Amino acid sequence: MKKGKFSILEHELVPKHEILEEREAAALLDKYKLQKEQLPKIKKSDPVIKEIKAEVGDVVRITRRSRTAGKSLSYRLVIE
Amino acid sequence: MRAKRIKGIKFGLLSSKEIRKMSASRIITPDTYGEDGFPIERGLVNQHIGVIDPGLRCKTCGGRMGECPGHFGHIDLEAPVIHVGYAKLIHRILTATCRKCSRVVLGEEDRKRFLEEIKRQKERQADVGEVVKQVFREAAKSSVCMYCSEPQNLIKYDKPTTYIEIDEGGKERRLMPTDVRERLERIPDEDVFLFGMDPENARPEWMVLTVLPVPPVTARPSITLESGQRSEDDLTHKLVDIIRINQRFMENRDAGAPQLIIEDLWELLQYHVNTYFDNEIPGVPPARHRSGRPLKTISQRLKGKEGRFRGSLSGKRVNFSARTVISPDPDIEIDEVGVPEEVAKELTITVNVTERNLDVMRETLKRGKKHPGVNYVRRVDGRKIKVTESNYEALAEELDIGWRVERHIQDGDIVLFNRQPSLHRLSIMAHYVRVMPGRTFRLNPAVCPPYNADYDGDEMNLHVLQTEEARAEAKILMEVQRNIISPRFGRPIIGGIHDYITGVFLLTRGEKRFEKEKVLDILYKIDIEDLGEYGGTFESPVRSEVSGMGFEEVRLSRYWTGKQIFSMILPKQLNLQFRGKMCARCIERGEGCKKENCSREAYIVIKEGNLLCGVIDERAIGSFKGIIIDKIFRQYREEVAKVFINNVSRLAINYIKQTGFSFGISDEDLPREGKELIREEAVHEAEKKVDELIRAYEGGELETLPGRTLEETLELLIMQELAHARDDSGIIAERYLSIENPGVLMAKSGARGSMLNLTQMAACVGQQSVRGERIKRGYQGRTLPHFKPDDRSADAHGFVRSSFKDGLSPTEYFFHAIGGREALVDTAVRTSQSGYFQRRLINALQDLEVKYDGTVRETKGIVVQFKYGDDSVDPSKGEYGKVVDIDEVIREAIGVESRS
Repeated sequence: MKKGKFSILEHELVPKHEILEEREAAALLDKYKLQKEQLPKIKKSDPVIKEIKAEVGDVVRITRRSRTAGKSLSYRLVIE
Repeated sequence: MRAKRIKGIKFGLLSSKEIRKMSASRIITPDTYGEDGFPIERGLVNQHIGVIDPGLRCKTCGGRMGECPGHFGHIDLEAPVIHVGYAKLIHRILTATCRKCSRVVLGEEDRKRFLEEIKRQKERQADVGEVVKQVFREAAKSSVCMYCSEPQNLIKYDKPTTYIEIDEGGKERRLMPTDVRERLERIPDEDVFLFGMDPENARPEWMVLTVLPVPPVTARPSITLESGQRSEDDLTHKLVDIIRINQRFMENRDAGAPQLIIEDLWELLQYHVNTYFDNEIPGVPPARHRSGRPLKTISQRLKGKEGRFRGSLSGKRVNFSARTVISPDPDIEIDEVGVPEEVAKELTITVNVTERNLDVMRETLKRGKKHPGVNYVRRVDGRKIKVTESNYEALAEELDIGWRVERHIQDGDIVLFNRQPSLHRLSIMAHYVRVMPGRTFRLNPAVCPPYNADYDGDEMNLHVLQTEEARAEAKILMEVQRNIISPRFGRPIIGGIHDYITGVFLLTRGEKRFEKEKVLDILYKIDIEDLGEYGGTFESPVRSEVSGMGFEEVRLSRYWTGKQIFSMILPKQLNLQFRGKMCARCIERGEGCKKENCSREAYIVIKEGNLLCGVIDERAIGSFKGIIIDKIFRQYREEVAKVFINNVSRLAINYIKQTGFSFGISDEDLPREGKELIREEAVHEAEKKVDELIRAYEGGELETLPGRTLEETLELLIMQELAHARDDSGIIAERYLSIENPGVLMAKSGARGSMLNLTQMAACVGQQSVRGERIKRGYQGRTLPHFKPDDRSADAHGFVRSSFKDGLSPTEYFFHAIGGREALVDTAVRTSQSGYFQRRLINALQDLEVKYDGTVRETKGIVVQFKYGDDSVDPSKGEYGKVVDIDEVIREAIGVESRS
């Protein structure tokens, strides 16, 4: 985080991003019977990804507020 | 030929070698048919490249007409020409490569980086376009080749197919196609990858043509006119031109003609080849037919709405379909469609004759071509026989198991009914046929909303299903009653409109009493066994038959109320309470709802299928709202809901037919005092206030609103004041127009129109606007010469104080026309824009699918959404956006009546 700036993670419009542990990621892929490439993608250059320091190949869990369901989970694979 | 499986599709360019290899004949003469009427050898309509004449055989494959698919030929071009479609790419490649060694002008490092990047993108099956763009950008920068140190020149591209090289001295030299081809040939294979091309399938020099493929004659068939004259296809005409010029070029060159003439001919050859590919190149005069009509060449065949893709492959004309005007029939059921007999006799269903239907089919065949009859039969041996006046009896005798009979459609057959634009799935629904006299399709008005149809000349299409599977699928998924609830907003989209609402509104309003005869008159079209408990008795005078002589006797008769009559079509266990459209929002005004005692009858209570209080209006049975329909659908499913809508439609129309209902010009009359009140209290008052505002503005006393200029503030306040004037006059008008006024009745019940419409007709049309502002365009400082310059008053800027009934003054009329035109233009623009937006959305979303695990995925299985809509709820199945309406379930369980 640069000096004098606030962390974008604090902003209310930025949903929560978390890096999944190896074990969790495997469980996720198993649950939905997915290949890693079939996950939605997110670029490594994405501001939030830079901020949480995720690496290419990591899977992040994104928790959003949802109008229909209250809270919704989605997962993205970090790519170049 | 055995059917083969497609393993993959390869896109690339045709090399000269490949063109020659696939060619069945080298074409050398521009002539087509000889004097004997047979195709000329080596000509453009040559028997080696396909047959279009019956009786002839293809000299390449031996197939007859229809069997031989046609074969390509080729023309050897005497001089190379640029392919117009690739002209721009050629220019970019020329600019990016060295003029001497033809290597891409990139440093070794950059080159490696780009090659790797392209390789990576390809592995990911992603687009290489961006990287290639960068390559071209980088390579164009350097002015000296880093491999052979040759200084690079600027290459100018002159549309459509000319390249000019400018050296440092500013001298211009034209690059002939031969030069271009040479340069492209020298590009090493490894460098070709940098352009996103694969040298195996697409070498750059293949974009400069030395051989031209000639499409088979089957792709450009000639037609024989009535006079016996042959008329060739546009493509053939164009090819004739190319061959002619090609020959002249050769002759001139061999004869040693001057360079200038050769170049002219070369240019001409290039023009013909260009227009052969695309006859709509900007800046190039299109090649024309003798009649002056531009020729339809290859690109024109493929492009656009009527082109090969959108017109012949994605969409084409179909059999077993009919189209005609629609008209209303409230007496047919909502899932029926009235089909004219003429149409029914043309549309058929193929039936396999079996042991079990042999007798029925024989009877049908015995009627010949009279309505439920037969058009064709197909015997066991596969021969198809047309049924005629003379042979149907014999065929009926002969009919046996194993035959196929193409019988007319008849009552009860399931068909698909469609109205364009097909914007949602409800635009195509399954209906059951009802054959009728007349020439239009008949449709119950309750089904108009999903199709967005009306009867002002709309036409609709009908498709007859041909297989048992299709019929079963249509029945399960597409029946009208299955689609009463819209998947868009989860409420009924099918329901009463217009007179249906007026009808039930009139019937259920107040305590109307009907004696038995009247009741039966209203209900005779509806299947009701028991009139149930009567409402009471009243005394009615009866003229005595016995005594005659004007003697009257008083008799007690039973009566039923309108609400009781409506209750007869409600399911017996229905319980419901809600506020109707008449509700004046007492709760919001903090006054509390009077419920059953509501003076407007806006609180509707239905207990065990009896309408106890309240008047039935749009909110109860209308399309888009329809609370009663919604409840019945959820409680009893589609069949009961369908019967209910059918019954509402018969009941309402029958009742309104008997009482009569009309709206005329005199219904817009206001009493003199009302008119004066409107003029004094609403209009004059507002105009006075506007004048005050203007005075305040001119006197500099007006306070500026935040974020606005002084002028804007003034305009805003004037607009507000004048809008007020119209609303006020509407309120005054409403005082003089009771609910008994048919216009008010329609507006309040939700049948048609609004109170605003009535206000404009009876009281005051109000302010006209363009782009949300008062009208101010026209002359300098004024809208019309009728006004003084800089007049800011209401009249001068489009305030219409008259009503439509009274008529508009000339200036008012003019302002109204301005505002009216804007509305017209707006709708025209909006529909085309939203149509295009819809097309793009559907193109993007059409392959998405909700899988069994609840995820939404596209074709490769990539997840788009982990849970459909985040909550996995189908709006048409859930309860108003939730999976279950828990409150409602509890209310039902403990026996309290439903929600409002």
